[in-house]
Amino acid sequence: MSYPSLVYRIPHPLPLDSGQVLENCEIAYETYGTLAPDASNAVLVCHALTGDQYLASPHPITGKPGWWERMVGPGKPIDTNRHYVICANVIGSCMGSSGPASLAPDGQPYAMRFPVITIRDMVRGLVALLDGLGIAQLHAVVGGSMGGMQALSLAANWPERAARVLVIAATARHSAQNIAFHEVGRQAIMADPAWAQGNYYDSDAKPDNGLAVARMAAHITYLSEAGLTEKFGRRLQDRDAKGFGFDAEFQVESYLRYQGTGFTRRFDANSYLYITRAMDYFDIAEEHGGKLANAFAGTQARFCIVSFDTDWLYPTAESRHVVHALNAAGAKVSFVELSAPHGHDSFLLEHDQLDRVVKGFVE
Amino acid sequence: MSAPQSPLRPDLAAIAAHVAPGSRVLDIGCGDGALMAELESASGCDARGMELDGALVERCVSRGLSVVQGDANLDLVNYPDKAFDYAILSQTLQTATRPDLILDELLRVGRRAFVSFPNFAHWRTRAALMLGGRMPVTRALPVSWYETQNIHHVTVEDFRDLVRIKGARIERAWFFSNEKQIGAPAANWRAEFAVFELSR
Repeated sequence: MSYPSLVYRIPHPLPLDSGQVLENCEIAYETYGTLAPDASNAVLVCHALTGDQYLASPHPITGKPGWWERMVGPGKPIDTNRHYVICANVIGSCMGSSGPASLAPDGQPYAMRFPVITIRDMVRGLVALLDGLGIAQLHAVVGGSMGGMQALSLAANWPERAARVLVIAATARHSAQNIAFHEVGRQAIMADPAWAQGNYYDSDAKPDNGLAVARMAAHITYLSEAGLTEKFGRRLQDRDAKGFGFDAEFQVESYLRYQGTGFTRRFDANSYLYITRAMDYFDIAEEHGGKLANAFAGTQARFCIVSFDTDWLYPTAESRHVVHALNAAGAKVSFVELSAPHGHDSFLLEHDQLDRVVKGFVE
Repeated sequence: MSAPQSPLRPDLAAIAAHVAPGSRVLDIGCGDGALMAELESASGCDARGMELDGALVERCVSRGLSVVQGDANLDLVNYPDKAFDYAILSQTLQTATRPDLILDELLRVGRRAFVSFPNFAHWRTRAALMLGGRMPVTRALPVSWYETQNIHHVTVEDFRDLVRIKGARIERAWFFSNEKQIGAPAANWRAEFAVFELSR
């Protein structure tokens, strides 16, 4: 079953933080529910690094359910009976929005000629989509991980566009450790001979090995040590004793390899380079004179910040940093650190408390 | 549309009745948000809360209140001076690491402050200590010494002294015993709980 997305072509050149512009930029998106006549019930959900617009409908390649079907749907915490929910593929990605795999004006894929983008550029694309849909102000913008960064960026740079801002398991800046893990991923891709300086789109060989290693390294950062121990321990895969070789002997190795290869079927390696770079450039304070509170001065939006106690990728301290800035700016803000065993990925998993917080805040 | 709420605790009801309508309020140690909800719905206040217990914060957020999970000992410093018309500290002073410093912070972030606390000089408490020779476990202080969160027991007179030392002013005070308001005379003997409105 295929769910071809709607595509919005931005009717003007999209200016980028780099100083370049993106012509004929396209945004692929999905919607759920019905837009009220006064357009007051729109909720924008922003996706994470390797996410996409298939928020609550099956993924056309993997056939798997939407990535947040738990949270979004009729009667769910983000209730599509009440709200018109939009999820758009970010620019730089590879599920229909303009990215390195898209064709440049010369008819060839951009590949590494695609301009380097930022989180704010992604949000510029989303704001253009909202303009196209006739939505002056969102009822809420919601995002986890990189989606939360977009929500914060929207609140900081287009404060009139969202009445509520829900940021889950995110940060206002990428730390040295965050950048370091991303650099490992990028180097894995660029060290793959099939990457060919990014010009692999016409080739049979794609940098799948490099992309898989990048995904494996990143995937570890989405989980907790306790979670991995509970799930795999030191258990062996399909064998009773150590083999004294280098096959995937441990279950955890087998799992990571499976995650890595599965990922290459649905994601473009160059997109991975561009999006991780955008995340590494992310520092809202830097955009606002070095002081995070300045980014939110005068905001009328209500904020809700959620962190997870086992998330070591974007730890609670990063969320508190955002909360303190919002307090200093006099913003209406809620903050809760939820307890969950599964690390950063907890925002995607079953969590009753998260459901209640999301429902109470977005309602 | 809110579910029927149980009546506010007497000290909270006294505070709710004396916060000017439309004020900006910070409720420190806001618990399940009962006072905040009352101030928002009945007085049109802009109420914010701070609470240490994550489960209580979740309940507040899920009922639409703006509450930050935080520690009054550490997190008040991030609020600007006079950011609020009122800073409220209900039955939390005696759990603070440094009640004197918290009081400074209350009077910094709020133009006025409400502080409520259990009075350790209530006659039942005195009797338990004097006659029983043991740390009091009473209606107002129901938890044994080894597991109570109250690490700085305080009396009405102690609190008045602290306010004086801090150069603050007592605007009004209310006293309660057995869930009912009582008069000010001999409050240090008769009051189980006290509520003070302060300014500086």
